[in-house]
Amino acid sequence: MTASEARPAEQFEDLRQQAEADRLGMWLFLASETMMFGGLLLVLWFYRLSHPRETAEALASMHWLLATGNTALLLTGSLCMTLALAAAREGEARVLRRWLWVAALLGLGFLAGKSVEYGLEFQEGLLPGNDPASPLKSGAARLFMNVYLTATALHGVHILVAVLLVGGLAWRVGRGNLPVPAKAVTVEMIALYWHVVDLIWLFLYPTLYLAGRGA
Amino acid sequence: MNTLPTAADAAPRSYLDAAHGLRSWLFTVDHKRIAVLYMLAVTFFFFVGGLAASLIRIELVTSEGDLLTADGYNRAFTLHGVIMVWFFLIPSIPSVFGNFLVPLMIGARDLAFPRLNLISWYLLMGGGLFTLLALVLGGVDTGWTFYTPLSTMFSNGHVVAVICGVFVAGFSSILTGINLIVSIHTLRAPGMTWFRLPLFVWSMYATSIILVLATPVLAITLVLVAAEHLFGIGVFDPRLGGDPLLFQHLFWFYSHPAVYIMILPAMGVVSELITASAHKRIFGYRFVAFSSIAIAIIGFMVWGHHMFVAGQSMYASMVFSLLSFLVSIPSAIKAYNWTATLYKSDLTVHAPFLFALTFVGLFIVGGVTGLFLALLAADLHAHDTYFVVAHFHYIMVGAAVAGYFGALHFWWPKITGRMYPELWGRIAAVMIFCGFNLTFFPQFLLGYLGMPRRYHSYPADFQFLHVMSSAGASILAVAYALPLFYLAWSLRYGQRAAVNPWGAAGLEWRTASPPPVHNFNSPVVVDFEAYDYAPEAARDRL
Repeated sequence: MTASEARPAEQFEDLRQQAEADRLGMWLFLASETMMFGGLLLVLWFYRLSHPRETAEALASMHWLLATGNTALLLTGSLCMTLALAAAREGEARVLRRWLWVAALLGLGFLAGKSVEYGLEFQEGLLPGNDPASPLKSGAARLFMNVYLTATALHGVHILVAVLLVGGLAWRVGRGNLPVPAKAVTVEMIALYWHVVDLIWLFLYPTLYLAGRGA
Repeated sequence: MNTLPTAADAAPRSYLDAAHGLRSWLFTVDHKRIAVLYMLAVTFFFFVGGLAASLIRIELVTSEGDLLTADGYNRAFTLHGVIMVWFFLIPSIPSVFGNFLVPLMIGARDLAFPRLNLISWYLLMGGGLFTLLALVLGGVDTGWTFYTPLSTMFSNGHVVAVICGVFVAGFSSILTGINLIVSIHTLRAPGMTWFRLPLFVWSMYATSIILVLATPVLAITLVLVAAEHLFGIGVFDPRLGGDPLLFQHLFWFYSHPAVYIMILPAMGVVSELITASAHKRIFGYRFVAFSSIAIAIIGFMVWGHHMFVAGQSMYASMVFSLLSFLVSIPSAIKAYNWTATLYKSDLTVHAPFLFALTFVGLFIVGGVTGLFLALLAADLHAHDTYFVVAHFHYIMVGAAVAGYFGALHFWWPKITGRMYPELWGRIAAVMIFCGFNLTFFPQFLLGYLGMPRRYHSYPADFQFLHVMSSAGASILAVAYALPLFYLAWSLRYGQRAAVNPWGAAGLEWRTASPPPVHNFNSPVVVDFEAYDYAPEAARDRL
C-alpha cells in the first residue's frame, strides 16, 4: 500500500481530519491516565507529609541507584521513540523499525531492573509477605512501602503495555503492514503514550526514592 | 425476486433495516444501533435497581424490621444504589441519547471511534452483569459509597467483586467521554460552528469532560480499597498510619462530579424539549451553553460538602460551603432561561413537554434543598437523614429520570420510526410527577424530624410518613413501567413517524425517521443558527 492508497475511515472526510481526531482522543486518554496517577501521587504525598520521620526510615532502605539506572533506560526509550517518529515522518521504514526495537528493549530492561529491585526488597523484608525479616520498625514506614509497591506495580503494567505496543508496531513495520509516512500518526500515538508513561515515572521517581533522602 | 429496481429500492435503507439478526446487532459499529443496545441495557438495570427500591419501600411500610433482616436491608439498598448510579444513571442519557443524537446533531456520519464505542458497551455489560451477580450471590452491605474502614476491614460481602465490576464499567464511561469530545471537536459538518450547536451537544461536551477527568480518580480509589481489603496494605487503616477519611476525599472527588454526569445530560435534553415545544429560540443561548461548562468545572471543587460532619477542618468546610453555593448560579441560570423561553411562546403541550416541566419543577425543589445542605449549620441537623435522601432523589431520580423519559418520548419517532400513543405518554408524565412527589416529599419531613437513613426499623411515630412514601412509590413503579408497554406496542402498531413530527429545528429532524445508516442522504452544510424558530413563526404571524 502506498501513501496515495491510504484511505480515511468512513466517518472521516480525509486523513488529516482522522489524524486530528486520533491525536485529540489520545491526549484525552492520557489526561485520564494522568488523573489516575495523580490520585495515587496525592495519596503518596499526603502520607509523606503526615509521617515525615517514618518516610525517611523507609527511604533509607530504597535501592535508589538501581532506580536511577532504570530512569535512564526509560528516558533513552523516549529519545528512541522521538527518533522513530522522525523516521516515520520521513518515510524511512527501516530506521523506524530499528528505533522501535531499541525502545522496546529499553522498556524490557526497565521491567527487568524493576523485577530485580522487587526481589532484593522482598529478601530484605521491605515488601509485604516477608514481614518477619522487616527492618522497618514503624507502621507508617511499612505503609509507605505498600503504597510504593502499588504505585510501581501499576506503573509497571503501563510500561508492559507500552513495550507490547511498540514491539507490535515494530513487527508491523517489518511485515510492511504500516505504510509510512501515511500512517505516521499511529507511531505518534504510541510515542505519546510512551512519553506520558515516562513522565509519570518522572514524578514517581523523586517521590519514592529521592525527596527527603538522608535528610 | 427478479424485478426491476424501484424508487423505494434506490433510497438508502434505514439503520434498522440495513441488516438483520442478532449478529448484526452484537457486532455493529453504527452509533445508532449501539445506542439501542445501550437503551436495552440501561432499561434492564433500571428495573433491577427499581426492584431493590421496591423491597426497601415495602420493608419501610411498618416500623418493625419484618420483611428483611437488618443485614438483608443493607444489601438491598446497596444493590439499589450501585446498580442505579453506575449502571443506569451514569450511562443513561450520555450513552443512549448522546450516542444516537450527537452525530446526527452535528451532521456527522458516526462518532469518531465507532469500534471503541462498541467496546464501551461490552465493558458496561461485562461490568454490570458481574456486579449484579456479586450483588445477588451474597451482596455487599456497605452502601454504594464503600466507606472505609467498613468496606476494607469489617464488611463480610463481596466488596472486591463489586468493585471490580464498577472499575470495568468506569472504562466504559471514560471511552464514551473521549468519543463524544473528539466527535464534537472534529466531526462537525461545514458551517456547524460551536455556537450553532444544539445545547444538548454542549451538555454532552460538559458531561464528557467530567467522565474523562473524574472517573480515573474513582478507578484508583477502588484499586486502593480492593488492595486494602485483600492484602491490608494499610492505606486506609489507622493502625499503619493510614487515614480512612482520605478515602472519602478521593471518593467524593469523583462522586460529586458524578452527580453532574447524571444531571447535565438531562438539562441538555430539557433545553431541546422546551425550545421544540415553545417553537422559539432559547432565551440566552450562550448563558445556557456556558452554564453547562461552569457546572462541570465548579462541580470538581465542591466534594467536601459531603464531609461537613466527618471531621474535616472547619475552614475547609467553609470554603466548600461557599463553592457549593456557587454551583447554584449556573443551575439557576438554566432554570430561569427555560422559563423565559416559554414566555409569550407558541406553545404545544405534548408528553415530552410535560416531562420537561416535571424536570424543571423537581429540579428546582432538589436544587433549593441542596442549598439547605450546603449551609454548614443546617447540614449538621439534616446530615445522614431522609432529608438528604429526598434531596438527591429529587435531582437524580425526579429530574434526571424525567429528562431520560422526556428524551425517550421526544426522539422515539426518530429512533424507531413510530409515534408513541400521545395520551398514554401524557398519563405517564403526570403519574410520574404525582407519584414522585408523594414518594419523596414526605422524606423531607421525615429527615427534618430526625429519621436517619439506612435503617430498616424506626420509631412508630414516623410510620404515617413512611406509608405515604411507600404509597407514592407504588404509583411511581406503575408510572415507570407504563412506557415499557405502550412504547413496545407502538413498535408494531404506532403511527409511522414523519421526518419532523414536532416541527422542531435541528439537523436530526432533517433526515428520515429512522435515519439511514450514514445518517444523511446528501452532504450536510449548516447555514442556519441553532433553534432557528423565530423567523418562521414571525412569518406565520404576518
